[in-house]
Amino acid sequence: MSSSKQPASTSFKAPDSSRLQLDEQGRLRHFLTVESLSKDILTEIMDVAESFSSVGHQAVKKVPVLRGKTIVNLFFENSTRTRTTFDLAAKRLSADVINLNIATSATSKGESILDTIRNLEAMHADMFVVRHSDSGAAHFIANNVEPHVSVINAGDGSHAHPTQAMLDMFTIRQVKKDFSNLNVAIIGDILHSRVARSQIQALNTLGVKDIRVIAPRTLLPSDVGSLGAHAYGDLRQGLDNVDVIIMLRLQRERMGSALLPSEHEYFECFGLTEEKLAYAKPDVTVMHPGPINRGVEMDAAVADGAHSVILQQVTNGIAVRMAVMTLTLGHSKVAG
Amino acid sequence: MNILIKNGRVVDPANGYDGVQDVFIANGKIESLGTEPAGFTAELTIDASDQWVMPGFVDLSASLREPGYEHKATIASESKAAVSAGYTAVCCLPDTTPVLDTPSVAQLILDKAEEAGYAKVLPFGALTVGLEGHTLSEMFALKKAGCVAVSQAPKNNINSQVLRRALQYAKTHDLLVVLKPEDVLIKDRGCVHEGAISSRLGLAGIPVSAETVAIAQLIQLAEETGARVHLTGISSAKAVSMLARAQFANIAMTADVHAHQLHLTELDVGTFDANYHVSPPLRSASDRDALLAGVVEGILSVSSGHQPHEAEAKQAPFPSTEPGISSLETVLPLMLKLVDEKLLSLSQLVSSLAHGPSEILGLETGCLSVGAPADICIVKAKETWQIDEKNWLSRGMNTPYLGHQMKGRVTYTLVNGRLVFGK
Repeated sequence: MSSSKQPASTSFKAPDSSRLQLDEQGRLRHFLTVESLSKDILTEIMDVAESFSSVGHQAVKKVPVLRGKTIVNLFFENSTRTRTTFDLAAKRLSADVINLNIATSATSKGESILDTIRNLEAMHADMFVVRHSDSGAAHFIANNVEPHVSVINAGDGSHAHPTQAMLDMFTIRQVKKDFSNLNVAIIGDILHSRVARSQIQALNTLGVKDIRVIAPRTLLPSDVGSLGAHAYGDLRQGLDNVDVIIMLRLQRERMGSALLPSEHEYFECFGLTEEKLAYAKPDVTVMHPGPINRGVEMDAAVADGAHSVILQQVTNGIAVRMAVMTLTLGHSKVAG
Repeated sequence: MNILIKNGRVVDPANGYDGVQDVFIANGKIESLGTEPAGFTAELTIDASDQWVMPGFVDLSASLREPGYEHKATIASESKAAVSAGYTAVCCLPDTTPVLDTPSVAQLILDKAEEAGYAKVLPFGALTVGLEGHTLSEMFALKKAGCVAVSQAPKNNINSQVLRRALQYAKTHDLLVVLKPEDVLIKDRGCVHEGAISSRLGLAGIPVSAETVAIAQLIQLAEETGARVHLTGISSAKAVSMLARAQFANIAMTADVHAHQLHLTELDVGTFDANYHVSPPLRSASDRDALLAGVVEGILSVSSGHQPHEAEAKQAPFPSTEPGISSLETVLPLMLKLVDEKLLSLSQLVSSLAHGPSEILGLETGCLSVGAPADICIVKAKETWQIDEKNWLSRGMNTPYLGHQMKGRVTYTLVNGRLVFGK
């Protein structure tokens, strides 16, 4: 048909993330995704995190920044590590913290997410830290909370894990100082990884020019290019001249759903060993969001070796989460 | 009742007619066009000056939710919405509770529709018992009870052996088989088109092959069994070309596209807007354009894909929301927009909404021939209206067009010569 070119879309656009995440002054109100946030905001998060880094080394590991605020850790999906660091971050800011593990409480009795939120708001919560197995859950909650309540995304489905991405950026900045000349490779299950999506967005915003993802085709999103990353199926090519390697955790269920044949073959093709590390630059930095499957994603020698900054990431996780909580609750001046 | 529709522009592509003409209706049928029959006295005269008189639309795919899901919608609420939107007949899918797999459920639906007194409701009986995909339903009994087709929609959970036998059996009773072309294993837990949006938002994608693999299988089975197969709700450019080739090879296969698929794309999902969570998913702009080309070329009819929901069904994170748009009331304005933009002619619009679907179902409606049932809608093409709760009749408010200005509105609808909607 020659006459038809472009029937105009008749739809309204859904509010994009930046409108939802930022207040009228352009300051962070919720932290749901790295996407659409400016380089200035990402830099501010890292700067504030830097200022909090020393708190963990003090005799009294507390600052009074969020005294009197109530923070609810709302975990619809089980997590020990992430919840613990959010818990610790809130306590070091002197906030009152409630940990709710919804996976084993209210919604399993049939209460809707909205009812859960309404109830917690009635208890005057100031912030929800949300983890959920559905992509978009944090956006959904942020769209439905009262104006004074902030939402931090602690991981939603395969969509985003922005605090993890920012602690990784903070760690890269500590080690490499500057983002603009880095080559960064992310290895593993990109398709199902909220961490990878947020990292790729953050790396792009911070000016990294060469972002690579290395994985078998079954574990890559269909349109990797649109995310701003280059796909490699070969580890040696993908690691060539790389400054930073980010490993992702491999979930065991990927074998059951015919995405991979075996852990053994995965390790052979994509697992990181000391020999394979030699494909990258000599001063390459190795990262992993944890928890590590030793012998599946990487050798113990690499995880514990000189290139690894995995434990530094964990320490930084608390400072970055303190920064994000402080910024979203509007106390950046006190912190700075 | 004798009714005269005066001075309207009569658009009837089935008879190749488009011009101003009076329409005379008596005994529920079209008595005459243009010339007044001898001894005709109109008990009701409708002045249709500056309006379009068209055969009433026939919807090939709607879920009316009754019995079983009355909190979403009822036959009364949705058939009333249908006539307000120009539909005089609506096919309903068998996904009720209990499933429409017995004559008694078919009878219940027909009784409810008659009691409501708006559009004709044409039930699709379930292809398999309980829509479970294992045992053939009593198709002969369903046909006797008034089912115009048998269908597995909106699911497609049926293996190739049962499907082949179901087509053979339906062919025995000369029943149309309506299927949603979707390979459920490839679709898996997908909720959006596999492409830019699924990659960006980390939503599970539904690749185009979920549709094309199912269609390839159905083309082979339709050809081998000789059964008449209608595909409801196709979504991709590849599906259109596969269908065109099958029709060229004289395989008895027809298809429809939901009207919103001619306008929206995957990008409209934006940032997790559940009003755009539909099945099949919204795909790329080139898919959308090919679907429109398929309508223009007469390969596809247009259906509503009406899926009314209660508000709570959309109040959850995107993957946990129920798919579907309450769409009966937006089909005509969306199609008229394409006519306005000169992407579609008015006669193509009527063919795709009325004549095409009627032919697929083997009905005598969908045209304005003398002697045909007087199923007619009258449209004021230039009237603009806003979609809001006051202007909306479906019980489901789940439309992405809420708040939109729409152009083109139905002023009168007649079913079997009876005025069922008039402002």
